[in-house]
Amino acid sequence: MRSLAELKPGEIGVVKSFNDEYLSLKLLEMGVLPGTEVEMKFAAPFGDPICIRVSGYNLSLRLDEAKTISLT
Amino acid sequence: MSEKKQGLKIALVGNPNAGKTSLFNQLTGLKQKVGNFPGVTMDKNFGFFKLPDGNSSIIIDLPGTYSIYPRSMDERVVFDVLSDSTSEDYPDIIIVIVDASSLERNLLLFTEVMDLGIPTILALNMVEVAKKENKSISVKALEKEFETKVVSINARQGLGIEKLKKALTEEINKPSKAFFEATSLSPEIIPVIKDKFNLENDYLAYQYAQQTYSKQFLSNDEKRFIADAKVKYNFCDRQFQTRETVERYQKIREKLKSVVVDNGMDSNETRSNKLDRILTHKIYGYLIFMVILFLLFQTIFKWAEPFMDMIDYGFAQLSFFTRQYLPEGALTNLIAEGIIPGLGGVLIFIPQIALLFCFISILEESGYMARVVFLMDKIMRRFGLNGKSVVPLISGVACAIPAIMATRNIESWKDRLITIFVTPFMSCSARLPVYAILIALVVPNRNVLGFFNLQGVVLMGMYLLGFLAAILSALAMKYILKAKDRSYFIMELPIYRWPKWKNVWYTIFGKSKTFVLEAGKIILAISIILWVLASYGPGEKFNNAEEIVKTEMQINHIDDTEYENLLSAHKLEYSYAGILGKSIEPAIRPLGYDWKIGIALITSFAAREVFVGTIATIYSVGADVEDESTIKDKLRAEINPKTGKPMYSLALGVSLLIFYAFAMQCMSTLAVVYRETKTWKWPILQLIYMSGVAYLGALIAYQLLK
Repeated sequence: MRSLAELKPGEIGVVKSFNDEYLSLKLLEMGVLPGTEVEMKFAAPFGDPICIRVSGYNLSLRLDEAKTISLT
Repeated sequence: MSEKKQGLKIALVGNPNAGKTSLFNQLTGLKQKVGNFPGVTMDKNFGFFKLPDGNSSIIIDLPGTYSIYPRSMDERVVFDVLSDSTSEDYPDIIIVIVDASSLERNLLLFTEVMDLGIPTILALNMVEVAKKENKSISVKALEKEFETKVVSINARQGLGIEKLKKALTEEINKPSKAFFEATSLSPEIIPVIKDKFNLENDYLAYQYAQQTYSKQFLSNDEKRFIADAKVKYNFCDRQFQTRETVERYQKIREKLKSVVVDNGMDSNETRSNKLDRILTHKIYGYLIFMVILFLLFQTIFKWAEPFMDMIDYGFAQLSFFTRQYLPEGALTNLIAEGIIPGLGGVLIFIPQIALLFCFISILEESGYMARVVFLMDKIMRRFGLNGKSVVPLISGVACAIPAIMATRNIESWKDRLITIFVTPFMSCSARLPVYAILIALVVPNRNVLGFFNLQGVVLMGMYLLGFLAAILSALAMKYILKAKDRSYFIMELPIYRWPKWKNVWYTIFGKSKTFVLEAGKIILAISIILWVLASYGPGEKFNNAEEIVKTEMQINHIDDTEYENLLSAHKLEYSYAGILGKSIEPAIRPLGYDWKIGIALITSFAAREVFVGTIATIYSVGADVEDESTIKDKLRAEINPKTGKPMYSLALGVSLLIFYAFAMQCMSTLAVVYRETKTWKWPILQLIYMSGVAYLGALIAYQLLK
């Protein structure tokens, strides 16, 4: 199963589930919900953190955090 | 009846970057900080304005937050104010400002707030941004779907403000039912809590269960009561919170279908993305950041100089005139030698602080600061810090006080604590005058490698030294401290915008005022205390100073013109300050310091910038304490009685420079750290640790160079 961390810039995925409850609460609040489309925009110079487009705005998160988000 | 007198109480709530503080400025015209960096508004700020019906109103600007569940210190304020009906801040009406270009996420907070049962108005901001993104929003449909009063505004340009004020005077209909039915998750516990705390609102009762421990107004017994009930009725916080958030979003998305028409093709986003490609590029990104930092330093040190010279000159003149026009006596001396130079010593930093905050607020307003945080996160994380630590560390170059206050939006307690702990190592503007005079004294004024001024290079080195001390201490703390909570970095990257100059100006004004009031009080007090300590002393040797000096002069055949200088030097030696300095001399001798420097060290422990003024007084330069050239000459002429060579040798200069770079010599900072950490443990540890590093560093430097 793919996670958000594996998307390349420009690729789009759909959120399926989370494997970290604590982080998922914050992600849900920020509009990252199961069934939501996310687009990988770009990564910071060392490949981490990354910037994604979700629910009409840009959100940055670390790779470790992106790994907790599984895509369909 | 008493409530009428106070007027209508309004709370202003919204996501970071939704334009909350711009609206607050538009409504009240009060000084306030606003930024494009998530979470700039720190404290709750108050403002007053008149309503169209003639009544007065008080508005509370609450920190920006994405939901009612707090993650950081400043977000906690929001829920505390909205949930405690006994608190004096409890509002009659809430305005939720909503960013139209990111409606879905903004409405999450809106529906949570609305469910608390306080009359709520939705201020729809940035409709023009949404339009540029090819989204059209129907205000009518929004009002109908969410059963609320909607006022469309443009907070930056001040449009729709009168309409909003008018809406505040009108009756606000309560929605027919809660947006989210809390009882659907936990039917049993809600009536129990409602009954115990005399609450009417289901969602509020549910939040009492969700956020029991972050609520400061509950007693321990009350908290235990809720905790017991939660166990009894099987209340699972996180699971319920997840279900609540998902349900809210689903409902919002469903309802928005009839509100927003999205025509695709977002021109704003494309522009922001193009900028991001350059500004977060692996080479250009850091290069541009370096250039901006360089500009910042140039600004603080070069552009501020003429203004600082003006203030300096002004106060020297003032001191001179005071002496001339006031009758001679102790009071005149206190004013001319204690208070006026003391005040000057505070006000002289205003140009630097104003320019620094001008820079920082432009960076925040434009959205660039969020990119700096994004760029630096990976590097900062290695040292136990967080991308968000960059802002406090940079601000620390001006003053640690606002810098430490700027750590409040760091969610992780450990990251935040480390940032607070190491920020005072950054060379603040108060160290600058100390560096300036010492460097001028011991570093030759010549060029290296053709065009770098050696003194300038050493000055840069001092800043680097402070930065290294901060980073390495952070690294050590990363391994020592046990994490209470997890660090994460889930942050909005706002779109780039032109800064709004009015907001920049409010920031500059507000921050400078805070500095003058906070630091000013202490510096002024110290100047007066120091003046008293240096002007009075116990016993025969101080009180009969005139005779003793005269006799000595006769014995040693010293010229009469030297009388005044010798007298003041003698008086100082036997004054209270001199006695204090001598008492610590044994401890500081290994660093190369004598009792005179000892006095300066003692006074500097309240505020380090006092150093220059103190040695000016000690070496009896006279009234014009800010005139560095005369201080410099005096210091240069000072002879070490033991070696017969100049006192201010390279070894002593370096030793002092290192001591001042590391030592915790700022009572205001310690007070702020206490306020931010709520315990004396951290300021005391900070004092011991930093002073320890300073002592050791200075000791090693002096012993090696001697």
